[in-house]
Amino acid sequence: MDFLNAIIALANYVLIPGIAYGSQLALGALGVTLVYSILRFSNFAHGDTMAMGAMATVLMTWLFQSWGISLGPLPTALLALPFGILFAVGLVLFTDRTVYRFYRVKKAQPVILVIVSLGVTFIYNGVTRFIIGADDQSFFDGERFIISAREFKKATGLAEGLSFKTTQGITIVTAIVVVALLFWFLNKTRAGKSMRAYSDNEDLALLSGINPERVVMITWMIVATLATIAGVLYGLDKSFKPFTYFQLLLPIFASAIVGGLGNPLGAIAGGFVIAFSEVTITYAWKKVLVYLMPESLEPSGLVQLLSTDYKFAVSFVILLIVLLFKPTGLFKGQAV
Amino acid sequence: MKKMLMATTAAALVATGAMADGHAKEVKLGVIFGFTGPIESLTGPMSAGAEMAMKEVTDSGMFLDGTKVTSVRADSGCIDNGMAVASAERLIAEGVSGLVGADCSGVTGAVLQNVAIPNGMVMISPSATSPGLTTMEDNGLFFRTSPSDAREGEVMAEILQERGVKSIALTYTNNDYGKGLADAIESSFKAVGGEVTIVAAHEDGKADYSAEVGALASAGGDLLVVAGYLDQGGAGIIKSALDAGAWEQFGLPGGMIGENLPKTIGPDLNGSYGQIAGSQGDGIDNLVKMVDGAFDATSPYTPESYDAAALFLLAMQAANSTDPAAYKDEILNVANAPGEKIYPGDLGKALELIKAGKDVDYVGASAVELIGPGESAGTYRMIEVKDGKNETIGMK
Repeated sequence: MDFLNAIIALANYVLIPGIAYGSQLALGALGVTLVYSILRFSNFAHGDTMAMGAMATVLMTWLFQSWGISLGPLPTALLALPFGILFAVGLVLFTDRTVYRFYRVKKAQPVILVIVSLGVTFIYNGVTRFIIGADDQSFFDGERFIISAREFKKATGLAEGLSFKTTQGITIVTAIVVVALLFWFLNKTRAGKSMRAYSDNEDLALLSGINPERVVMITWMIVATLATIAGVLYGLDKSFKPFTYFQLLLPIFASAIVGGLGNPLGAIAGGFVIAFSEVTITYAWKKVLVYLMPESLEPSGLVQLLSTDYKFAVSFVILLIVLLFKPTGLFKGQAV
Repeated sequence: MKKMLMATTAAALVATGAMADGHAKEVKLGVIFGFTGPIESLTGPMSAGAEMAMKEVTDSGMFLDGTKVTSVRADSGCIDNGMAVASAERLIAEGVSGLVGADCSGVTGAVLQNVAIPNGMVMISPSATSPGLTTMEDNGLFFRTSPSDAREGEVMAEILQERGVKSIALTYTNNDYGKGLADAIESSFKAVGGEVTIVAAHEDGKADYSAEVGALASAGGDLLVVAGYLDQGGAGIIKSALDAGAWEQFGLPGGMIGENLPKTIGPDLNGSYGQIAGSQGDGIDNLVKMVDGAFDATSPYTPESYDAAALFLLAMQAANSTDPAAYKDEILNVANAPGEKIYPGDLGKALELIKAGKDVDYVGASAVELIGPGESAGTYRMIEVKDGKNETIGMK
C-alpha cells in the first residue's frame, strides 16, 4: 500500500505536471528551432507571439461564451483556437513583410535579426497589454478534472490523491497530435521537404528551383500555429497573463538549445528535460521517501535540493552546462 | 497718480488677504492606497470610507470655523515602493495636511522613511500591519488604526488551538507584510504547542504554483495557512493546492479575507477559516447605516480608513491648527479615554465638544484604542467561509 501511495504522490506532484509542462515547452521550442534552422536567427519574439495568439483566442472564447456556444465538458477555447491561429499567422506574416524581409533581402547578420526580433518582442508586448490588459484573464470553462483528487481517494481508499486536470489531458493529447502532424509534414510533403532542403543548404536549394519566399512563408505559418497552440495550452493549464509568456522565453530557449538548435526531435526532448529538471530539483521528496523507506530511515527534513524560488535558475544552469560541454545539444543541432 | 497707485496697492493687498483667507478655508488630506496591485479590490471601499469621514466633518461646518476638507487620492501600488514614494511626494507638493495611508506594510515603511519624516508629515495607516512598523523610528509621525500582526499571530494560534489543529504548513507572500505575519504565526503557534511543518515563501504574480504546493504538501500538516494576498499569489496557492488535492481547508489571515476569494475559488473554499482586524458593536453598525449601501462599509479595513481620516480631523481641531507639527501630539489624546465616546456620525458633535475644551474618546467604527507607539490594540473578527461568503462567527 505504501508503495502505491508513493507512486501516486510522485505522479500527482511530479509526473503529471512535468509531462504537461514539458509538452508546452516542447511546442514552444519547436517554433524557436524551426525559425532558427530555416530563417537562421534566434527569434526572441516567440514568447510574445504566443501571448498574441493566446490573446486572440481568449477574445474569441469570450465572444463564443457570450453567444452561449460551448463544447460541453471541453473548454470553449479549443473552438476558438483556429481563429487565434489565423490571427497569429496574419500577424507574423505582416511582421515578416514589414520588418524581417527588409533585413533578409540585405542579407543581414543573424545577430542583427536577433536584435530586431527583440524590438518586435517589445511591440507585441505593448500591443497585447494595450488590447487585453496586463492582468490575469480567466477563459477556462467546461469540466475541470478528468480525475479529481477527492474522488480518487474515495474510489481507491489510498491516502494520496491523484488529480488529472482536463487541461493537462488536452495539453498532452494536443502535443502528440501536433508533433505527429509536424513530422509527417516535414518528412512526407513536398513543401516540408523543400523546407528541410532550404535549411540544409540554402544555395543548393535555390539552384534546384525552390522558391525561398514560399519556404519562409510556410515556416512562419507553422511557427505561428505552434506558438498559438503552445500559448493557449499554457494559458488554459495555468493562467493567461501577458508577462508570463515573456518569462517563458528562457525555458523555451533552454529547451531548444539543450536538445540541439535546429533539430525538431531535440526541441521535444529538450522541453521534457528542462520541465522535469525544474520540477524534480525543486520538489520536496520527503513525502515520497517516507512511503518508501523503512521507518528508521525516514528523512526528517524536506529533501528539497533547491527552494522553488530558484525554478528559473535551473534552466539557466542546464543551459550553461550544455553550452560548455556539448554546444550542439543532445541531438546534434547547429552550434550556437 | 500717486493716490491712484496707493489705492491699487491697497486694493491688491486686500484682495490677496481675501484670497489667503479663502485658501485657509480648505484642508486637503492625502489618501494613498494601492488602487492598483494585489489588494486593489479592497481599496475602493477603503478610500470611500476615509472620504466619508471628511464629508461628514465638512458638512458639520464645525471644523476650524467652517473649513472644508477635501481628499486627494494617490496610488501606492501596494507593493511598489518607488511608485508609492513618488505618489506621496506628489501629495506633499499639492499641499496636503496629512496622509491617510499607506495601505500595505512595505510601501508604508518606504513612504514614512522617504517622504513623511523628511517633510514632517503625519501618516495614519488603516491597514499596514507589519510588526516591523512598531519599532521603526518615526519621530511621532506614524499611527495606525489597525493592530500589528504580532497580535494577529497570537489570535490565529488561539483559533487553531480551539479547532484542534495540531500542525500547520505555512506559506507567505515574499514581502514585509508576509514575512512579519508568518513569523508571528509561527512563534505564537509553537508557543501554544503546535507544530509548523514548513515555512515557505511564494512570489506574487506567477502563473503556476504547483511546485510551491508540491513542497508544502510534502511537508504535510493538518491545515495550510496562507499569509498572502487574495487577489494575488495567495489565491493561486489555494487553487493549486485544491487541484492537487493536497489540502481541503485553509487558514486565512487578514490579507486573504475579502469577497473576491470565495468568488475566484468557488465552493471548495467553504469551511476554510481565518481572522481579520475588525470590530462589532455600535461603531460599525452606525457606519453601515450612514453608508446606506453606497459601498460596502464592512469590507476589510474600510472602518479603519474612516477612523484614520476622522482622527486627523479631530486632532487638527484639538490643536486648532492644520500644521502636522502642532496636531501630531493631539492624536493619542482624541483617540483614547478619558472623554465622551465618539462613534461614526458623531463627528460634528465631537468637533463641538473639542472646541468647547472638553475631552473626547474616539471609538469610531473599529473601536479605536491606540497603544504603544500609536497603533490599535486590535480586535479581530473570526471568519469562516460558508456557502461562498465570508461569515463573521465571533470576535477575539
